[in-house]
Amino acid sequence: MFAGQLDVILGAVARVGEVAAADVPPTSHAVAMTNVYRPDEVRPSLPRAAVLAEAPSVEDEKFRVPRILSEEA
Amino acid sequence: MSDLIRLSAADTAAAIARGEASAVEVAQAHLDRISAVDGQVRAFLHVDAEGAIAAAQAVDARRAAGETLLPLAGVPLAMKDVVVTEGLPTTAGSKILEGWRPPYDATITRRIKDAGIVILGKTNMDEFAMGSSTENSAYHPTHNPWDLTRIPGGSSGGSSAAVAAYEAPLSIGTDTGGSIRQPAAVTGIVGHKPTYGAVSRYGLIAFSSSLDQAGPFGRTVLDAALLHEVIAGHDRCDSTSLDLPVAPVVAAAREGATGDLRGVRIGVVRELGGEGYQAGVLQSFAAALDTLRGLGAEIVEVSCPHFEYALAAYYLIAPSECSSNLARFDSVRYGLRVGDDGANSLEDVMSLTREAGFGPEVKRRIIIGTYALSSGYYDAYYGQAQKVRTLIARDFAAAFEQADVLVSPTSPFVAFGIGERVDDPMAMYINDLCTLPASLAGTPAISVPCGLSEGLPVGLQIMAPTLADERCYRVGAAFESAVAPVLASIPELTR
Repeated sequence: MFAGQLDVILGAVARVGEVAAADVPPTSHAVAMTNVYRPDEVRPSLPRAAVLAEAPSVEDEKFRVPRILSEEA
Repeated sequence: MSDLIRLSAADTAAAIARGEASAVEVAQAHLDRISAVDGQVRAFLHVDAEGAIAAAQAVDARRAAGETLLPLAGVPLAMKDVVVTEGLPTTAGSKILEGWRPPYDATITRRIKDAGIVILGKTNMDEFAMGSSTENSAYHPTHNPWDLTRIPGGSSGGSSAAVAAYEAPLSIGTDTGGSIRQPAAVTGIVGHKPTYGAVSRYGLIAFSSSLDQAGPFGRTVLDAALLHEVIAGHDRCDSTSLDLPVAPVVAAAREGATGDLRGVRIGVVRELGGEGYQAGVLQSFAAALDTLRGLGAEIVEVSCPHFEYALAAYYLIAPSECSSNLARFDSVRYGLRVGDDGANSLEDVMSLTREAGFGPEVKRRIIIGTYALSSGYYDAYYGQAQKVRTLIARDFAAAFEQADVLVSPTSPFVAFGIGERVDDPMAMYINDLCTLPASLAGTPAISVPCGLSEGLPVGLQIMAPTLADERCYRVGAAFESAVAPVLASIPELTR
């Protein structure tokens, strides 16, 4: 089902290619802004316990993750 | 049905301020309404009765202490479940976030609480805001209170249904390609997508970051304006937030309510109508133009030739951004984790989690977006879509030389039946035909009810230039003042 649907969607969105736009600049954001900084002030972070309370798995006050390397590595 | 749930938000706040009703009575009346009808409507994913009563008690205490209350203090609100709320379950309609209780508030959540607005609960939505019917919710569909066999629009369909069903006078939606305006249209209420950057996205679970924008739903234009002014304004936690004064939308709604549109030029977009639109929708739209003319507005036709490519551009840009944004659901820091049995690697666990946690539409969009961004196809798809986006913005700029606002139907159709379009993604995507251009250009647009077709609501979309949100509210309120209230015809739900 997915493959057929994706073909239909890709066929429809390929219509963007009908527009002659070689010399048109791309728009990434509706309102262009650059170098937006906020004051570099130290502020309290979320309490560690509150953040870890929502983690799927915790060990030693850290996020516990499954192994990232295979046995041979 | 209690009279308290029938009031507008403005009248509710006034009644509380004058002491004619307590905020607790108002909150309880809405909680009772939810208990009575939400079994049929299913607008909510989570109702927070305890929190709502506590927030209402705080408002009553402030009034008792002699404090002057803020304009919406004590008014109940339903929050779309894509906006994070500290300690309250937030799922974005997805199983991958089932049971998650955020450790912080979104900026708009904080502003709503600071305004004394009472959050009743979290509303249903298409998973991660991807859809136009709320059928893509991983939990259950929401039913349109006008006809329970039909969709309430989407992705903010829980929020639109809650307001139309008198479960809340106000709600928050988010709009990426039409997800506030189309649900407002098909449920007969008012919904506004602000100028991109006018409302902070901090704490709004991201779908397509360059398009996502939160906005208000209400049963009147003034109510939507009052909520707009609560949530809008600069936020240093969102680097795309505009550091500019909030548009004077409440004053504009009040000015519009006088019903005078003399000197206002309204452009009808030639490309948003005709073939593919339901006859009843076009009839209501034509009648709306007559009404606007009768209020003194000058109606002109404008052409926006690139709008016909908005659908194609949107369904490349939004999936591309979502494929990147949804990478954060990696089973490590929050949310679902599947297959962590000691044998599977981290990568295996991530794959198993995302396979189990995401629904079909989310997967379709991640696949399309990943493809559109891949090295061999980037220029033809994503790059070209961004250029089309520029051309659409230029079409708007040219049209706004000729008109102060542009109008179109909000959606080509009235609400369709639940289940009718679920197997055909393209049939679902064309719901957004009229709303996508304003999303891509970042311009503000409102939907106001403009009549019935086959007994179901039709919406009028009013689009304004970037940062001129007040024009949407002024013209919307003028129109509202001249027509019979659509919601007065909604069938009674309580059996």
